Amino acid sequence: MNHPTAPSRRILSGDEAVALAAFEAQLTLGTGYPGTPSTEILESLHSLGGRAQWSPNEKVALEVGIGVAFGGGRALVTMKHVGLNVAADPLFTVAYTGVRGALVIVSADDPGMASSQNEQDNRRYAVAAGIPMLEPADSQEAYDFTLLAIEISERWSIPVLLRITTRVCHSKTIVETPAYPVPPAPAAGYLRDVPARVMIPAYARPAHHKLRTKLAQIAEWNEREGPLAVVSGSSTLGVITSGVSFQYVREALPQASVLKLGLTYPLPLERMKSFAAAHERTLVIEEGDPYLADAARAAGIAVEAGAEAFRFGELNVARVRRMEAGDLTPEPKPVPGKPPELCHGCPHRTVFTALRDLGCIVSGDIGCYSLGVLPPFLAMDTLVCMGASIGVGLGLRHTLPIDEARRVVSVIGDSTFVHSGITGLVEMVYNPPPTGHLLLILDNGTTAMTGLQEHPGTGRTLDHASTGKFVFENVIRAMGIPDVHVVDPTRDPAAFTELVKTSLDSGRLSVIIARRNCLLAAGAIKQYEKCPEGNTHEQ
Amino acid sequence: MSNSIRNIVIAGLGGQGVLKASDIVAEVAFAAGLDVKKSEIHGMSQRGGSVSSDVRFGSKVFSPMVPDGEADFLVVLDPTQIDVNRAALKPTGVLIEPSILAGHKLKSDKSINVALLGALSRHLDFPESAWITAITGHLAPRLHDMNVAAFQTGRNA
Repeated sequence: MNHPTAPSRRILSGDEAVALAAFEAQLTLGTGYPGTPSTEILESLHSLGGRAQWSPNEKVALEVGIGVAFGGGRALVTMKHVGLNVAADPLFTVAYTGVRGALVIVSADDPGMASSQNEQDNRRYAVAAGIPMLEPADSQEAYDFTLLAIEISERWSIPVLLRITTRVCHSKTIVETPAYPVPPAPAAGYLRDVPARVMIPAYARPAHHKLRTKLAQIAEWNEREGPLAVVSGSSTLGVITSGVSFQYVREALPQASVLKLGLTYPLPLERMKSFAAAHERTLVIEEGDPYLADAARAAGIAVEAGAEAFRFGELNVARVRRMEAGDLTPEPKPVPGKPPELCHGCPHRTVFTALRDLGCIVSGDIGCYSLGVLPPFLAMDTLVCMGASIGVGLGLRHTLPIDEARRVVSVIGDSTFVHSGITGLVEMVYNPPPTGHLLLILDNGTTAMTGLQEHPGTGRTLDHASTGKFVFENVIRAMGIPDVHVVDPTRDPAAFTELVKTSLDSGRLSVIIARRNCLLAAGAIKQYEKCPEGNTHEQ
Repeated sequence: MSNSIRNIVIAGLGGQGVLKASDIVAEVAFAAGLDVKKSEIHGMSQRGGSVSSDVRFGSKVFSPMVPDGEADFLVVLDPTQIDVNRAALKPTGVLIEPSILAGHKLKSDKSINVALLGALSRHLDFPESAWITAITGHLAPRLHDMNVAAFQTGRNA
């Protein structure tokens, strides 16, 4: 069915706009792992009536998406920027295999680290893997570029990276959807193409050549008819920019001519060159790494880049004015607000109180419980990436003097354990430190930090319907851990503290699953348990 | 250019309904046919910490965030957050804070966000009915009466 749709005008976040475009393109499947600022894409897709599901982590999500696209379907795979590190292995090789349907990978970057452990600039991934990249500047473009990504993916049989940033994801701006229908997806079905899909060296070598040929064609298309925009203005000042930075440039430097790039890999270098040649001074304004500026300079295009100071954090109107003026005087510091904290009544509070009181060296992980690092607990010593609590804790145990090694505890949440803690636990069984080790899994029955999403350990799907459940204690016991305890830490905090102490003193491998539902999720979880068929019409 | 744009910053603490309030303002401006942008940060900051949201509307809006010192209105739901956000306000800007409601009783403190929108609404050229439509459109039906009453309390305070 392919009805003409009525043109409509609405106010949407960038995340909602991506979901709307994917839904209107009759997406086969959206999958991903929750991560700020990307989480709302799949939730919106589900609300619209599309098929959306959470995977245990981004690597699995991308692999599922690759399978959908190999089968001729349209797949959208969503994640935050650091999620693409997890998914990088399949990413680099799906660039070689190409796809038959459409594969759009959304990387939601977080410059300024509103809710992240680093501010890596994932535009580098497009270059490193060799996949085309689109960068929307607002919700309208998030909608338009999602459709364009599907089109490019199907036209060149190549995965496409849709790179969005916090201010695009979470700002609401007006979206006008077109009156014409999106071309329907081709029928799914298996077409055997072994040399294209099986990346043994003999097939991968020609596949790499094929990839470079496609990219050369896309670069040429980008020069001729790519999604770029030129704002005519002064001949003295030209600005090359992309993404949300375009908005700041238009407001801060209304007199400037602007070349706004949409497809930022492969770049339209000829267009950039002629634009720069037409202006006395050409400035590149970009958030994060000097990606556009370096590429322009490498191509012999004379551009100025913002000073190194502007590489840190988000841009805004005031910072763009400073970049243009070369103003390196200290920027005004925002008045510190109230820092976030663990909710009063949160079960994590009991756990971190115990760890603090026992003087543990805590190898921590990513989630609400990262807040255990702040007062009044000050009970976290390391935090690197999802799942790192276990490996880092083991490494500390292998290295520290015995009296210190005995105090090392790894702490991980339920969703994070499923995401990337399981292999860490395999390492614990396989290479146990002489002092043993203790892993605490804080199982609050939800992915709390990102806004209460389901995961395999809850036994419910994205729409809260009952499904197969990954039961932590069964799996962990089967792995051969001698001591596995499941306790509600809040029931008897003193007994919980004693259990942690006994486990540390035992010198054995122990896992304590501290299980109590998140305060914010508890009411909803009761409802879901009463209504196992799930919530098919949210809101 | 910024003269033709209205800039509103709404601030408070996680759980006070800052984002809901900014959604309502954006909806009112959108329904009036204006260009609108609204910006905020989700995620870790919402765990009881400071939260703020920017709404801008006019004939054409570029940046989704209100530049410091350019807010026409600063609506603060918790008195502790006034100093944190004061730099947003322009010298002639208007601060709308909970003390405005002194002497008026709200049925629930949870509707302080909507009550302060009532106070804000007096400064803006949108019909009261547009506000009521946006408020009821963004809240569950069981909350309508309480919030419409809170809006009117703020509007008449």
